[in-house]
Amino acid sequence: MMFFRNITIGQYIYRDSIIHKLDPRVKIITVILIITTIFLVNSWTGFFIIGFYLFINISLAKVHPKFVLKGIKPLLFIISFTLLIHFFTTPGDIIYRIWILNITREGIHRGLFISVRLFYLILSTSWLTLTTSPIALTDGIEKLLSFLKIIRVPAHEIAMMMTIALRFIPTLMEETEKIIKAQIARGADFESGNLVKRIQNFLPIIIPLFINAFHRADDLAIAMEARCYRGGEGRTHYRQLSINSIDHVFIIITLFILIVSYLWVV
Amino acid sequence: MIEFKNVTHFYNTEQNEKIASLSGINLKIHKGDFVAIIGANGSGKSTLVKHINGLLLPSKGEVLVENLNTRDMEEVWNIRKQVGMVFQNPDNQLIATTVEDDIAFGLENIGIKAKEMGERVDWALNIVGLNGLRNSEPHLLSGGQKQRVVIAGALAMNTSYLILDEPTSMLDPKGRKNILEIVKDLNKKESITIVYITQFMSEAAQFDKIFVLDKGRIVLEDSPKKVFDKAEQLLGLSLEVPQITRLARELVKSGLDIPGNILNEDEMVKYLCLYI
Ligand SMILES: Nc1ncnc2c1ncn2[C@@H]1O[C@H](COP(=O)(O)OP(=O)(O)OP(=O)(O)O)[C@@H](O)[C@H]1O
Ligand SMILES: [Mg+2]
Repeated sequence: MMFFRNITIGQYIYRDSIIHKLDPRVKIITVILIITTIFLVNSWTGFFIIGFYLFINISLAKVHPKFVLKGIKPLLFIISFTLLIHFFTTPGDIIYRIWILNITREGIHRGLFISVRLFYLILSTSWLTLTTSPIALTDGIEKLLSFLKIIRVPAHEIAMMMTIALRFIPTLMEETEKIIKAQIARGADFESGNLVKRIQNFLPIIIPLFINAFHRADDLAIAMEARCYRGGEGRTHYRQLSINSIDHVFIIITLFILIVSYLWVV
Repeated sequence: MIEFKNVTHFYNTEQNEKIASLSGINLKIHKGDFVAIIGANGSGKSTLVKHINGLLLPSKGEVLVENLNTRDMEEVWNIRKQVGMVFQNPDNQLIATTVEDDIAFGLENIGIKAKEMGERVDWALNIVGLNGLRNSEPHLLSGGQKQRVVIAGALAMNTSYLILDEPTSMLDPKGRKNILEIVKDLNKKESITIVYITQFMSEAAQFDKIFVLDKGRIVLEDSPKKVFDKAEQLLGLSLEVPQITRLARELVKSGLDIPGNILNEDEMVKYLCLYI
């Protein structure tokens, strides 16, 4: 039984595209701007403009749309659920009636708005993670957060935690698999019994996993200390981020489009 | 030079009993030395080497590296720049998500400029022969490759001392041989001082000098030939002699006139040929 084969973290897909070459900070800020605008925009034309903009961005990234849609699939349920909730719970002009439930005009309007917002939210974050390697993402976040150091946001620590998590998730997954196999070999049963029983059956996996993880953390801390790690102060970076003219052009176009989509009320 | 002056060390145990993990250690390791440390489980090998770069501090006595005291809170960082460490479990030492980023980790910590970092990473990757894997993720590498990444990480720091604590105990025979070859090369070509802890006597036999530890004391300190000549004493310390030496001893017992402290196949062949 193989549970986790060839795990790769994140969904980064390497392509030789303009979007991939953009500075991670620019992409992160772009996504933040898009998300903010999505929740401010209040017209269908506005949504249409943003949708068109996202479509262009994804096309420029040369990533097959199926990868983007893959990110949406698991959330389809949540989107339809919110849609329905809004349909039935918003007071207003009743236009249709099923049993005791009333569908209102306002409900349809709001429900659709929220769904489109969620849809765009997922599209834009997928666009970011598909085109930015986890390392670049971590570096970008660290650099962006470093402005917040003044208000004591531990930028370096957060980035280091992300790096270590990215490094160890595959290792811990492999280990989980080994433990599961070892327990199955000893006659453990993970497939039958009721819910409580099944949860109980997972204890013999979780406990060794935790003990080993603490052990690893101990070793890792010693190895880091031996390699002169003493926190973020005075630390340099192997990977240099640089903002080029293409980044400038991109962020200006983005700002322009987002402002237009917000102000456009027909 | 690494110098231990009458070093005693106690771990703080929960029962508050004081059992010395090292007691009265005096030793000197000179620049360019190529030494192995052997000893039974729990004899204090790891405890000893963790004193060299101040990961542990002596309860009594002093440890000096290039005349810097490991007790000095500021100097300890200068010591760590010069003393690279490779530990047993290859999985628990790599920090970054790609090989080259990991090698650069130590350099980032000591504030090396990006350009120089690139050069040093390239150089270190070349020495351990991992140039083709620079972008690989650590969890996809073999155990031997992981240990080579750890070694490269230390080399990039321009260390003069490389301490390896059972680096091969989790590797297959091929990976084991490869690591030992690299370590030998580093000593010969880059004149890096090597301190190598091992459970494998055949590995220890290839060093210039062996320290034998027992219950926190150095009980023997000599060339492999002289150390493995004392098979009975080693047996008393739960240590064996290399297989080839055992064979030589058996042959001597059965009446062959060859030395009983042969350490490798070539030597064995040389003596046996005298009988043909
Ligand atoms: N963190 C610790 N706390 C308390 N006692 C410890 C600790 N680490 C080691 N010891 C004890 O100190 C002694 C020396 O341990 P050390 O790990 O140095 O031995 P070793 O020679 O490296 O053994 P091995 O071959 O198993 O690696 C042992 O008796 C051990 O039980
Ligand atoms: Mg040990």
